Amino acid sequence: MLGGLLVPAVINGLALGAIYALTALGLTLIYGVLHIINFAHGSLLMLALYAALFLYTLGGVDPYVAILVLMPAFFAAGYVLQRLVIQPAWHGRDENVLLVTLGLAIVIDNLALWLWTSTTRSIDSRYAFEVVDLGVAFIPIAKLVGFFGALAFGALLWALMTFTDLGKAIRAVAREREGARLVGVRVEHIYAMTFGIGTAMVAAAACLLLPTFYVTPQVGYAFVLVAFTTVVLGGMGSFPGALFAGLLLGVVEALCGLYLGESLGQIGIFVVFILMVLFRPTGLFGARA
Amino acid sequence: MLEVRDLRKRFGGLSAVDGASLDVAEGEIVALIGPNGAGKTTLFASISGFVRPDAGAVRFLGADIAGVAPHLICARGLARTFQIVQPFEKLSVRENIAVGAHLHRPARREALAHAEAVACRVGLERRLDQPAASLTVAARKRLELAKALATDPKLLLLDEVMAGLNPTEVDEVVAVIRAIRADGVTVLLTEHVMQAVVSLAERVYVLANGRIIAQGTTTSVTSDAAVIEAYLGRGAAERLRSRREVRHAP
Amino acid sequence: MSGKAAGSVLLAALLAVPFVVQSEFWLSFWLLVLMFAFLGQSWNVLGGYGGQFSFGHALFFGGGAFGTAILQVRHGINAYLAGAIAITLTAMVGALLGYLVFRYRLRGAYFALVTLAFAEVARVLIASFEYTGGGFGMLVPLARGAANFQFDDRRIFYLIAWTLVAGGCLIALWLENSRFGAQLIAVRENEDGAQALGVDPVRTKVLAIALSAAMAATVGVFYVQNFLFVDSQIAFGPGMSIEALLVAIIGGVGTAFGPLIGAVVLHALGELAKQITGNAPGLNLVLYGLLLIAALRFLPSGFVSAFGRRPKASPGAVDA
Repeated sequence: MLGGLLVPAVINGLALGAIYALTALGLTLIYGVLHIINFAHGSLLMLALYAALFLYTLGGVDPYVAILVLMPAFFAAGYVLQRLVIQPAWHGRDENVLLVTLGLAIVIDNLALWLWTSTTRSIDSRYAFEVVDLGVAFIPIAKLVGFFGALAFGALLWALMTFTDLGKAIRAVAREREGARLVGVRVEHIYAMTFGIGTAMVAAAACLLLPTFYVTPQVGYAFVLVAFTTVVLGGMGSFPGALFAGLLLGVVEALCGLYLGESLGQIGIFVVFILMVLFRPTGLFGARA
Repeated sequence: MLEVRDLRKRFGGLSAVDGASLDVAEGEIVALIGPNGAGKTTLFASISGFVRPDAGAVRFLGADIAGVAPHLICARGLARTFQIVQPFEKLSVRENIAVGAHLHRPARREALAHAEAVACRVGLERRLDQPAASLTVAARKRLELAKALATDPKLLLLDEVMAGLNPTEVDEVVAVIRAIRADGVTVLLTEHVMQAVVSLAERVYVLANGRIIAQGTTTSVTSDAAVIEAYLGRGAAERLRSRREVRHAP
Repeated sequence: MSGKAAGSVLLAALLAVPFVVQSEFWLSFWLLVLMFAFLGQSWNVLGGYGGQFSFGHALFFGGGAFGTAILQVRHGINAYLAGAIAITLTAMVGALLGYLVFRYRLRGAYFALVTLAFAEVARVLIASFEYTGGGFGMLVPLARGAANFQFDDRRIFYLIAWTLVAGGCLIALWLENSRFGAQLIAVRENEDGAQALGVDPVRTKVLAIALSAAMAATVGVFYVQNFLFVDSQIAFGPGMSIEALLVAIIGGVGTAFGPLIGAVVLHALGELAKQITGNAPGLNLVLYGLLLIAALRFLPSGFVSAFGRRPKASPGAVDA
């Protein structure tokens, strides 16, 4: 009986996994350059989901169109947050940055709770129920768009990092902070740009996710945990690793949900994580310990 | 006291130590010199347990210690310093040295008292309460020496403790090391500062490309053709000799 | 006034609370503050003195809480014995987890995320089985009496909690003045440097995490005896982990009285935030978060540093 559900489950898992991957790409970028774990990453995703939701319900803006608005907006927000809130708390101690992002997460999550209550919301866009027949299974169009959209943004980020001067500067700072400073790179500016780009990725992920998902003030926490797992599993700072790990975790979650029941779906993710930590601590693609 | 036999260590495709052997007898000061990248630091790391050698033997006081964990090697009486000093930044000089002193002194009071005594031996007595992070380069080098000394070693491995010091400071540290030896501690050191090697070491090993290419007294080694080539490049000894001959020619 | 003097005065003053405060509400409030102070101290042993930042200390709190609840409810074991077994088992779990992680020299971000993941797994698993109370949690049957570690008079609980906190401060002071503590701090500051001086880093950190886990489990056991109820969200949820580290960090990591000062400051301000915001859900936590951000910016070494000198070394002077 479960055999017939297996293929759709894997496809659904891949669709969600692509979103995990996109979220994790932003996180791994920030980790790779700033060497901090951004605890507010999930909260920013939650904010972006609400932003897309209200753009749709109040302004009638399609979530996919909203990407054009929200990516620049979240880029700017990320830039400002890093410059005005995170950087000043650094004091040369990485744990301080981690705690500031934790404080940000607490503030954002609870502000959302206060403003919008814990009601679960979602949108019913016109294509929410449209499906395509892939031969082996029916799949909602929105999931297909989400999957390929996430891959496309991943590719875009890769291109940005590889071909542009900004990308080169970011990679220089990631590898050799002081060296980059000596050759004239404005390191603080690059940090903020990196944080902004990572946050923009979150906005894209939210817009792709919203048509097939829901939003509550708590949704960020679940996502940030999975994103951390993805980043570590893929090898901290590794792009292909984050992509692969995101897809893998999406499938693992879908299969665990299928076989163990919905509530235990995420257990699989953490079990994979723990196994990896025990047997291959540098991650699937990581070389650095 | 220390016997290293045919030690080998590769990193990836690169051979860092390629069959090195050396001996240190009790009471000696022995120097290990060689050009940059010769494998001195890797050899030290292999002896002190921080790197597991691929092959070869390290015998200390008769026991094979190749591949034994660093803290166990230290407990046997073989202490080392690091070329890149490893202080406990937020702790005071006294507390830094006390960590070493605790190895054989469980009581805090005793360890602190011993730390103070060791600080006096290396000339840090006026900085006892200063945090390590605020020390000058020269003082950090002394602290590195003091921490290792506080573990009551029988053999002390000193990795470039004089690099970055000015000539006066070098002379002071040389005197400190002599005093340490006089107290019965055997010393094996790597050093770039030849002034120190010449005035301290009774015997010298020269390491190049992971192998011991020469050994003997400082004077015999520094005139060795292979050694000159290792430092100055292939053919250097030949050129030097011919220049000397030209000069001596009538 | 130094941090230690301020902390000692605060601790002494807190002993007077049950004899002065009449209101049940404020007695419960200060009782909670003490519980979190000790939880923060448990985190401080590992995170402050050992430099290993755990983001899943709820795992140990929950281990103690659910351990004792399960042993009492399912197996009818006496509260004291159940508590002792739960604390011992949790310490062993901590040691095992520590061994697995520290063996690879994993630390920093990895250690934080691994502990977080373990706490999450525990939270979901505990909520999934009937034996562990499922989604409803566990109720320990009411049976007042000293023999069952249940007291009618909340003041007795308060005095026990105060004793725990005082003991926690003594543990921290012992760390500052003992060989084990010196070795633990040395490993925190520089692992290679410590190992070169004969310190076994894995053993040192494993002992620290076991001690830390046992202390956190003690809070869990105490929590269950006091409230006679626990569920997986309370015990293993991220809230408990965050509470443990915030209290210690806001107060001052690696200081003996930091967690106590942090717990008092945080909860006093939390309560103040609640009064100001009039119980609007979430708003008090917003204020709490803002406070955390402000504290990190203006008091990077914690509130202890507000009490005059605590210089040891300027942070940031040493950046690799």
